[in-house]
Amino acid sequence: MLAGLLNLVSRKSRSSKDTAKERLKLVLIHDRANVSPQFLEMIKGEIIKVIQHYMDIDEDALDIQITRTKNDEGNGIVPALVANIPIKKVKNSGK
Amino acid sequence: MGEVIVITSGKGGVGKTTTTANLGTGLALENKQVVLIDTDIGLRNLDVVMGLENRIVYDLVDVVEGHCRVKQALIKDRRYEGLYLLPAAQTRDKNAVNPKQMVKLCQELREEFDFILIDCPAGIEQGFRNAISGADRAIVVTTPDVSAVRDADRIIGLLESSELKNPKIIINRVKPDMVRRGDMMTIDDIIDILAVDLLGVVPDDEKIVISTNRGEPAVTDSKSLAGQVYRNIAKRILGENIPILDVQSEEGFLHKLKRLFGIKNAM
Repeated sequence: MLAGLLNLVSRKSRSSKDTAKERLKLVLIHDRANVSPQFLEMIKGEIIKVIQHYMDIDEDALDIQITRTKNDEGNGIVPALVANIPIKKVKNSGK
Repeated sequence: MGEVIVITSGKGGVGKTTTTANLGTGLALENKQVVLIDTDIGLRNLDVVMGLENRIVYDLVDVVEGHCRVKQALIKDRRYEGLYLLPAAQTRDKNAVNPKQMVKLCQELREEFDFILIDCPAGIEQGFRNAISGADRAIVVTTPDVSAVRDADRIIGLLESSELKNPKIIINRVKPDMVRRGDMMTIDDIIDILAVDLLGVVPDDEKIVISTNRGEPAVTDSKSLAGQVYRNIAKRILGENIPILDVQSEEGFLHKLKRLFGIKNAM
């Protein structure tokens, strides 16, 4: 009962299903890739290197994962490399 | 020509056998000729779930090894017209059968039956390979737990690479109360993660335990909510366009009250 009241007060407390979903998403990245986290880190490093020639990016917020998506015909599933790279500034040389 | 459907999950105990029994019976109730094959050699259970354990003479291994003809090993379910079971062997192991033999068996059964449902063992080894080898399509059963969803994801990957494209998913044992409280992943969460089509959502139902105790599939129980869901899934397999029952939104009294006072589900 008290726990319930506390929950009511602190609405911010995350529901356990959100934690489950987030943990699952993370663990599946590696399951699906069938590669080590180091391998993804290597790709990440290379991508950062290339992009930095052209723009300033937020390296800490960079998110790269292997996920699955429906193919164009919508009749099958294909693996996809999804990278979310926040840009701080486009360098002049890139324009 | 019949269709071969494998029911699989990766993780054990999520309800593959119960799903096979109920969908098979559901399809027979729709006047289809159906055979259920238990490929869980060494740990057979489809026979007890179906209530046919006392009528086994020959089994799957006897058939593939040529000790009997397929017809001799099929157990006719006398309660439902057109429903048959091919039980697994209990005293052998998964290596007693190979994928080639399964393909041949499925080809033979296709001539006689509309649907061949294969109950796959847990795991991703030989038993899984055998079960999927003769199949045209796959149904993946999961529950809203991290472990079951993770294993389902792995199985979907393996099915895709074995040319069993577009597997459909059944989410089993959903507890609407927990979903509402935010303590169980929603159907959308799971579909979002697995990126496959949804075939059905089965609510957690005590009637399943009771019907399994008795060896009578819940699909025949008009009072069972899970049974109703299985009847709908059977119709969907037949191509009927039946909307998926939203077990999550069945509101309880308390929930309505909370909403009235503007209290969110976070509590």
